[in-house]
Amino acid sequence: MKRIFPTHPIEEPVIENPWQRLREFTDARIGLGRAGISVPTKHLLAFQLAHAQAIDAVHTPLDIDGLIENLMSQSWCPKGQPLRLHSRAEHRDMYLQRPDYGRLLNKASEQTLEDHAYLCDDEYDLAFVIVDGLSAFAIEENVTPFLGKLIPQLTSGPEPWRIAPFCLVEQGRVAIGDHIGDLLRAKCVVVLVGERPGLSSPDSMGLYLTWSPKVGHTDAFRNCISNIRTAGLNYPEAARKALYLLNEARSKQLSGVKLKDRTDDSVLEHENDNNNFLITQKP
Amino acid sequence: MANDNTQYRFRHTVGGRTFGFKNLADLMAKATPARSGDRLAGVAAETAEERAIAQMTLADVPLKLFLEDLLIPYEDDEITRLIIDEHDKGAFSVISHLTVGGFRDWLLSDLATPITLERIRLGVTPEMAAAVCKIMRNQDLILVSKKCHVKTAFRNTIGLPGHLSTRLQPNHPTDDLTGIAASILDGLMYANGDAVIGINPATDNVAQACRLMNMMDEVIQHYEIPTQSCVLTHVTNTIECIEQGAPVDLVFQSIGGTQATNDSFGFNLATLAEAREAALSLKRGTVGDNVMYFETGQGSSLSANAHHNLDQQTCEARAYAVARKFKPLLVNTVVGFIGPEYLFDGKEITRAGLEDHFCAKLLGLPMGCDVCYTNHAQADQNDMDNLMTLLAVAGCTFIMGIPGSDDIMLNYQTTSFHDAMYVRQALGLSPAPEFDQWLKHTNIFSDDQFTLNHKIPTAFETSLKRMLGDH
Repeated sequence: MKRIFPTHPIEEPVIENPWQRLREFTDARIGLGRAGISVPTKHLLAFQLAHAQAIDAVHTPLDIDGLIENLMSQSWCPKGQPLRLHSRAEHRDMYLQRPDYGRLLNKASEQTLEDHAYLCDDEYDLAFVIVDGLSAFAIEENVTPFLGKLIPQLTSGPEPWRIAPFCLVEQGRVAIGDHIGDLLRAKCVVVLVGERPGLSSPDSMGLYLTWSPKVGHTDAFRNCISNIRTAGLNYPEAARKALYLLNEARSKQLSGVKLKDRTDDSVLEHENDNNNFLITQKP
Repeated sequence: MANDNTQYRFRHTVGGRTFGFKNLADLMAKATPARSGDRLAGVAAETAEERAIAQMTLADVPLKLFLEDLLIPYEDDEITRLIIDEHDKGAFSVISHLTVGGFRDWLLSDLATPITLERIRLGVTPEMAAAVCKIMRNQDLILVSKKCHVKTAFRNTIGLPGHLSTRLQPNHPTDDLTGIAASILDGLMYANGDAVIGINPATDNVAQACRLMNMMDEVIQHYEIPTQSCVLTHVTNTIECIEQGAPVDLVFQSIGGTQATNDSFGFNLATLAEAREAALSLKRGTVGDNVMYFETGQGSSLSANAHHNLDQQTCEARAYAVARKFKPLLVNTVVGFIGPEYLFDGKEITRAGLEDHFCAKLLGLPMGCDVCYTNHAQADQNDMDNLMTLLAVAGCTFIMGIPGSDDIMLNYQTTSFHDAMYVRQALGLSPAPEFDQWLKHTNIFSDDQFTLNHKIPTAFETSLKRMLGDH
């Protein structure tokens, strides 16, 4: 039998932690070991790389042309040229300090939508608003595969949703969807937005749904699905939740706190629930 | 600048130019050291000169005026009523002759001993604390904080001079119990967790909170750890947990400094009173009965559109009146969590952390700090090292401890288990005495010099073998 716990005196500058193998059960940075009482060089530098990636996720602009090209090549892409829009926050520094500017369209974008509504008298049940938010990377990574799971289900049912051309927004925040939905006179708006990047999740996308969108709506009018990404809430599961919320919103003609996602009321179940290893005695 | 004298309550003339300030709230906002949240609210000074003049003008305001010139009307706000109704005139009499500027001198002088500072506590209103804070430098905030001793207790004694506690924060994005247990083990092995073992639940409902409370209670009992647990769920959830018989040590709530802020958080003072009574009825504390844990942070009132045009530091100080009413074990300001629209960079976060700690300590609260930042703020680990060290010098009650500084549930960075060991060794700060004893008894600490043992303690070694197998 090989022992996992050292018994001999330790002469190396870095003291390893025998419980580092527990990292297979969590993404938390446990068992790093220590140099004296400090984080060993290897882990210090790994942390700094993760922070650098998260900062880059915040500051790298969305590749709108690439995204439009990608979306338009999909069989399920709603008809009509995607609309390119911009918030009143002119650049990232302004965006970070003035959330109020990120919630409204600039004048040119308002005009774009007014022109669209004037030229085209289609009625829309639903508008998808794709917003860079705090991580353009999250949008570039997740929008196409997620919508590929959701949109075919929306357009194939007995009551197919009439979907507006995609709206793509730079320097936007969640509430800008209300401004856009309002101008498009869409019954419902779904905002897909890059969430605030974490160290271990620079690519997390959020979804916000509002029925009957109007400027000035608060969060109480929205339903949210968070952490959509391959390593988080995966696309089929996120699409299932989104479909549930959309159908509920349409049947009740409302959204927000009055539209509870009942699946969220339950306790999160885990196979190892009875295996808190700090306590459980082996039979 | 002032043209029409009648529209200004306060005026200051320098070199033939007169600066005017509409009212006390306007004067305080403009005297506040620069930060993005006050610019966002449109209440900040427009120039550096206007800020310096506002600070001079504020320094001349008598402390007595803060009892008459109420920033939010008495009729409109239950926190204003709390501040005024519970103001202790006897305690105030020691400092009632002072102006804001004179109060700064007094606080820094040898007249303000730890005993005198404790005596005047209930005579100081949050607005007086906020006002004097605005004209103090960082070193002033540190020096006076260090003189304010605030002791609280539940299963151990928190806040003794020469001590620093840590909250062990084992958050997990799906509340997985094995993942949480792994982080708890990691934290304990690095001597963290004497302030509280506190989980922010990923799924926020009563059933989930009870599950996590039971899990932590089992760990605390099994290893006989002199500490307390808390699930940071809404106060109304915790009340339900208590009704269902869950093992609640501490009741948590995020609080703000205006009634409208707390309305938006879904509670009021009566809710907190009910929750405190319920927790006290469980009699789970062994060395004390401080059963509340509050979190605050500059910017929450503005974020809830409930700031009444006050600056964010003044709103924050008013939250301490709420905390003080309910005799908490712990309060902490989550200083860098809210984002760059309120505190833009490391400099603003550092200043706010020191301000919050000072105001809370002056008012008599066991103030800790979540020394933290988000990835969209202009800040990094070096900024956190600086603030953590400054706060530890200032006698901060507790900081957070998390594996490798990375909260994988809340997606932000706070202080690590290692960081806590760094400040202990650099500044000679002990954990709570009961917990310190346990660390030595369990062989986590090898001697009195905050040195960790190389070997994993026997009790934990057994548990770990169970999980990993001895092969």
